[in-house]
Amino acid sequence: MALLETTNIVKRFGGLTAVNNINFKLDPGRIVSIIGPNGAGKTTFFNTLTGIYHPDEGQITFNGKSLHGLRPDQIASRGISRTFQNIRLFGSMSVIENIMVGMHVHLKQSPLDTLFHLPFFKKEEKESEHKAEELMMYCGLKGVGNELAKNLPYGGQRRLEIARALAADPLMLLLDEPAAGMNPQETEDIIRLFRRIRDEKGITILLIEHDMRVVMNISEHICVMDYGEKIAEGTPDEIRSNIRVIEAYLGRGAVAGQHEEKIA
Amino acid sequence: MVPVILKNVIKRLEQGVYPHIIILVHMVLGTALVYTSPRSNLAFLVLITSFFTLYYFKADRRFKLIVGVVLTLFIFPVVGVRNIFYLEVIFQISVFAALALGLNIVVGFAGLLDLGYVAFYAVGAYLWAFFGSQQFYVLPFAPGTQPSNLPFLLPGDAFYLFMFAAIFVAALTGILLGTPVLRLRGDYLAIVTLGFGEVIRVLANNLDKPLNFTNGPQGITPIQRPTMPQSVVDGFNTLFGGVVGHEVTPADMYNVMFYLLALAVIIVIIFVTRRLDDSKIGRAWTAIREDETAAIAMGIPLVKMKLAAFAVGASFAGVMGVLLAGSRTFISPESFSFMQSIGVLSMVILGGSGSIPGVILGAATVTILNLQVLQGLSLYLSQLRQSDAVIPIINFAWANLSTQLDPAKYQRLLFGLILILMMIFRPEGLIPSQRRKRELASDKVEGGE
Repeated sequence: MALLETTNIVKRFGGLTAVNNINFKLDPGRIVSIIGPNGAGKTTFFNTLTGIYHPDEGQITFNGKSLHGLRPDQIASRGISRTFQNIRLFGSMSVIENIMVGMHVHLKQSPLDTLFHLPFFKKEEKESEHKAEELMMYCGLKGVGNELAKNLPYGGQRRLEIARALAADPLMLLLDEPAAGMNPQETEDIIRLFRRIRDEKGITILLIEHDMRVVMNISEHICVMDYGEKIAEGTPDEIRSNIRVIEAYLGRGAVAGQHEEKIA
Repeated sequence: MVPVILKNVIKRLEQGVYPHIIILVHMVLGTALVYTSPRSNLAFLVLITSFFTLYYFKADRRFKLIVGVVLTLFIFPVVGVRNIFYLEVIFQISVFAALALGLNIVVGFAGLLDLGYVAFYAVGAYLWAFFGSQQFYVLPFAPGTQPSNLPFLLPGDAFYLFMFAAIFVAALTGILLGTPVLRLRGDYLAIVTLGFGEVIRVLANNLDKPLNFTNGPQGITPIQRPTMPQSVVDGFNTLFGGVVGHEVTPADMYNVMFYLLALAVIIVIIFVTRRLDDSKIGRAWTAIREDETAAIAMGIPLVKMKLAAFAVGASFAGVMGVLLAGSRTFISPESFSFMQSIGVLSMVILGGSGSIPGVILGAATVTILNLQVLQGLSLYLSQLRQSDAVIPIINFAWANLSTQLDPAKYQRLLFGLILILMMIFRPEGLIPSQRRKRELASDKVEGGE
């Protein structure tokens, strides 16, 4: 059974149909990319999945249950975690605290526990701090636990966003352009991290990415969007040779010519 | 060269036994000054700033605690009873510090700009004003027409009970007011809270008909105080009578008592604030302040957490309202104007939004500025006008100054200037907030390598 399934999702902004009739299936344990030119509706699609927008039409089913009408925090507690295209960390909180915020849905401490520092509170705080540290290391952040998130270098901030998303123990991770602005070495490292997350933690990964090296390298399946519609779907090899995809990226005239190296 | 030497001297002074000596000297000096010249504002400033020395210098925790207790529980009351104006200043600082700490949760932690905070203060004040006065029996009478021999509804000692009740009543009001508005963000929220603040004040003004709940603009008086056993007054007199120099009356003792109550509330607020800040709730609040979209994507229920911040902040204001009603024995809608909300907000911002010591310092600074420094200054300026003093260099006689430039107006002008300068040069406040440093195993590993 598919982990995530959308049927005929439509999202309009005024006269613009940003997401048009998207049918999409994601099997558990896979790494899948969504690609497409700027303005194709990829991020809007993400935002409808996470509840920031509610789709005007269509159904989203996650882990066997409909997400219809749920708020973003409720969807997050169902097991969907995400990162953002433009990094959105809690800048004036420390790295550890950022990760601990990610655990919010799993923490059971009551106000009473908190006020009187009852044993359960202390235990839970200690455990979550410990877990946060592990996640920090896991994502390649060493010795920066007490740094403020805004003081981390760019690459560190990207990693911290991933660590924070993992802290919620999600079933599915949505990554919005995770490799944007990274150099080739950093990109390679982060691809390795994504593979480990999938292989070791069994988390399904859905990512939006412009960097074709990343997409072709990591994806087992690719979904291509253009003008809000899904224009193609398939393995990296299929996508590479798909005429409609090449058209979307390079324009109709280019199809006859030398498209191959640009996409690959 | 000189700055280097100075730096070294300061560094020396911050280590070892020096801080202890400095703190003690400051405290004793302040006490002695106030004792010898009980009318001097300057002497009082020296005494009250010893609190800052106590906070700033690193010293043994137990030492600090003892000095703090001696200052707040012995020196301030005694000094205050000698000159009741000092006690009034200290009491006002405590009240505003408590209010600012409450507002700090809403503005400083959760980042919700609340311009109507004083509404919850009013709720608490009117709660005790209604139940702790004859108002219940005045209900059928229009303001000013009630007979004079009405009984009181509750005994004065119910005051303590109402301090607790106010927590819940004000929190409930916070939730009621918050539920429709907390979906809004930033500027919109600020405007709506401003509106609600005014609504509460206008309600207090107009709820004198059809049933007379609030006695309208005239306000409610007399409001009862808890009983003051004669033994407490006598005990104080025997202990401190020699130092105070005059017989202490129950009225003086009431002032001391309300000051101590305010202090107790502050301690509870600090305790609660610190515990909440360092937990799932506090982290959620900060996350909301930093980035709502990211916070909700991490599974934080926005409305619920914002309501919690609103309710907690409101409950503190409610308690202080009861205290105010009891201490003043008179409450009118005027005490809860928009300017009060702004005043408390300015304390939070000036002191350091989100920082507990900062907010207390902010409350103390603003209160002292308003009650003592600026007032003293405008008094001095008025005296200059009446003398034949001349402004040097330009040779302008103070007496010729236009009446349009009334020195009393400089007070607000200067206060505004101070706020502006602070925001330009120290926008994060007097004592900026800091995140707690955690002892992390991963840091230790790093250090070992």
